Amino acid sequence: MRRRPGPGSGSASPAGRAGAERSRTVKPARFSWSTRSGRALAFQAGFLLVLTVAGWALWRNTAHNLAVRQIRSGFAFLDQRAGFDIGEGPVPYTPDASYLRAFAAGLGNTLRVSLLGILLATPLGALVGLGRLSRNVLVRSLSTGWVEVLRNVPLVIQLFAWYLVFTQLLPDPTGPLVLAPHVYLSKGGLQLPMPVWTGGPALERPEITAFGVSGGISLTPEFLALLVGLATTTSASIAEIVRSGVLAVAKGQTEAALALGLPHRLVIRRVVLPQALRVIVPPLTSQFLNLTKNSSLAVAIGFPDVVSIANTAINQNGQALECILLIMSVYLSINLATAALMAWYNRRVALVER
Amino acid sequence: MAHPGMRTAALALLVAASIAPLPALAGKTLDGVRQRGEVVCGVNTSAPGFSAADSQGRWQGLDVDVCRGVAAAVLKDATKVRFVPLNSQQRFAALQAGEIDVLSRNTTWTMTRDASLGIVFTGIDYYDGQGFMVPKKLKIDSAKKLGGATVCVQAGTTSEKNVADFFQANGLKYKTVVFDTAEAITSAFFSGRCQAYTTDMSDLAGARTKVANPNDYLILPEVISKEPLGPSVRRGDDEWFQIVRWTLYGMLEAEEAGVTQANVDKVKAESKDPIVQRLLGVTEDMGGLLGLDKEWLYRIVKQVGNYGESFERNLGPKTPLGLPRGANNLWNKGGLMYAPPVR
Repeated sequence: MRRRPGPGSGSASPAGRAGAERSRTVKPARFSWSTRSGRALAFQAGFLLVLTVAGWALWRNTAHNLAVRQIRSGFAFLDQRAGFDIGEGPVPYTPDASYLRAFAAGLGNTLRVSLLGILLATPLGALVGLGRLSRNVLVRSLSTGWVEVLRNVPLVIQLFAWYLVFTQLLPDPTGPLVLAPHVYLSKGGLQLPMPVWTGGPALERPEITAFGVSGGISLTPEFLALLVGLATTTSASIAEIVRSGVLAVAKGQTEAALALGLPHRLVIRRVVLPQALRVIVPPLTSQFLNLTKNSSLAVAIGFPDVVSIANTAINQNGQALECILLIMSVYLSINLATAALMAWYNRRVALVER
Repeated sequence: MAHPGMRTAALALLVAASIAPLPALAGKTLDGVRQRGEVVCGVNTSAPGFSAADSQGRWQGLDVDVCRGVAAAVLKDATKVRFVPLNSQQRFAALQAGEIDVLSRNTTWTMTRDASLGIVFTGIDYYDGQGFMVPKKLKIDSAKKLGGATVCVQAGTTSEKNVADFFQANGLKYKTVVFDTAEAITSAFFSGRCQAYTTDMSDLAGARTKVANPNDYLILPEVISKEPLGPSVRRGDDEWFQIVRWTLYGMLEAEEAGVTQANVDKVKAESKDPIVQRLLGVTEDMGGLLGLDKEWLYRIVKQVGNYGESFERNLGPKTPLGLPRGANNLWNKGGLMYAPPVR
């Protein structure tokens, strides 16, 4: 289908394509005000220049003012010993590690909670969304209630509520609830046996000690509260997206499929779902990005995500500008990566019109 | 919630650092304060004894009194202070960005802070040290038995680093839970999320007053760090620095000379002691050296009190905190408080 690269190829109308073609062939490299593309180029170049100069001036002025106020600046601190501890995380870390390592540990926690949150929120949201379309009154009203409550209460309040549930209502870590053999739930969090390899597959079982349960996989109440809060809130938005996606498939499609004698299961899988996904995927991407960004509320309930680590770093070394820049670039990178991944998936599920 | 506040402060710093006109920096704090008619003072959101709002919404505490003293000296009225409650992460940014004139928020004087944040400490108004508080039911009598414990600590404090050093030095394992406000920590600690809460000893005593059953909690004897707390100001304004520094020294000098809120008028009228006469501006004009008038210290003592009075009122044995004077007594009474002479 793509015969010709460059502007105008693909979707443009024949006339537009011809116009673009003309400007390309007539004036191949020379700049002129008299052509539309020439002017566009000039404006863009001018805008870029203004942007660069403004950015440069801002940078210079900031650096100058920091120097005048005798505030240390630069990223040299990243190599220095951090000296504070981080409570949990997938990245190995000790207080002897560098600030860079501390940021990596925070990033690890952000990614961990965001990824798990997305994995939980998506199926949950899909279920609730379909529940809202159910013919069963109970299922339908429960789903509606879920969506309305979670969507309309500010997330940070929900996080505080979940955190209170985990830290006020549960028993002390010295006398935890035993959910299953070697699975403990308490104010200290959730402890599970961890599979380990000691000359063969084995389980490292959590044990009750003087200060609570230790060993095995340990999920802290901060992590659990944040995960549950993010997953449930986002599931409410996802539910609405799924519902709108399903409703967007014309009724005639289902009727036609049924008329052809397709079983109900196949109608959903082969007819409704492929067409619904086309509507669902783009807004779903936004929800994934929102969930990731919302994870920065972690600091309110003591979970050491990247923002919380940056907060500590700002205070230990006072370099607020640098740390804020780091936070911004971390979220930008995560979200651009997520968006690119979802765009790739969207191209796969998008309806191919012939 | 404190989190957006931190962003605001950081953003304010960012904006201020980017666009602030330069000449406004040096030597202008005093002019600004006089023009505004109030001293803007950064304090703790809630640190009983140092800075906390009482039931009438009036700020009370030792740190608060330092700011009132500055206002009494500069503006002749100790009430002309606007208090800006800050959490530990906002405090330096707020001072750097010029949102406050004085940071008086039980802040530890360290070399890093003094040398690299664009601020300077003016003195020490409380000699503190970091300790641990635990529930009595754990039956622990020493911090060295905290191996394996979960410890609650406030983000961005010296405590966060000291506790790492302490456990490392003693070869003990531990876990931290880090919150950004003192309120969040105390609520988590008293609910039982952590087995220990670590911060400055005076803060622990303050936190314990806020719980329904203070006797269920024990402050362990170990003091694991030096925490000299004091006010700080922006760098580059020596005039203002001197005023804040000598306000605190003046309060100490008044105590040493036996001048109190109650007897200041009588002493001023009758005393023949040249030291007292100099302090209260009867003879020499010491205030003029600071760009103030000769009654600067008279007003501080009259409106706020001397250092010892402020201590007794806010932290002493008769308050809920019940802290002994200890290291914070005057040098000639066995303590560390030693002000250079007003001479």
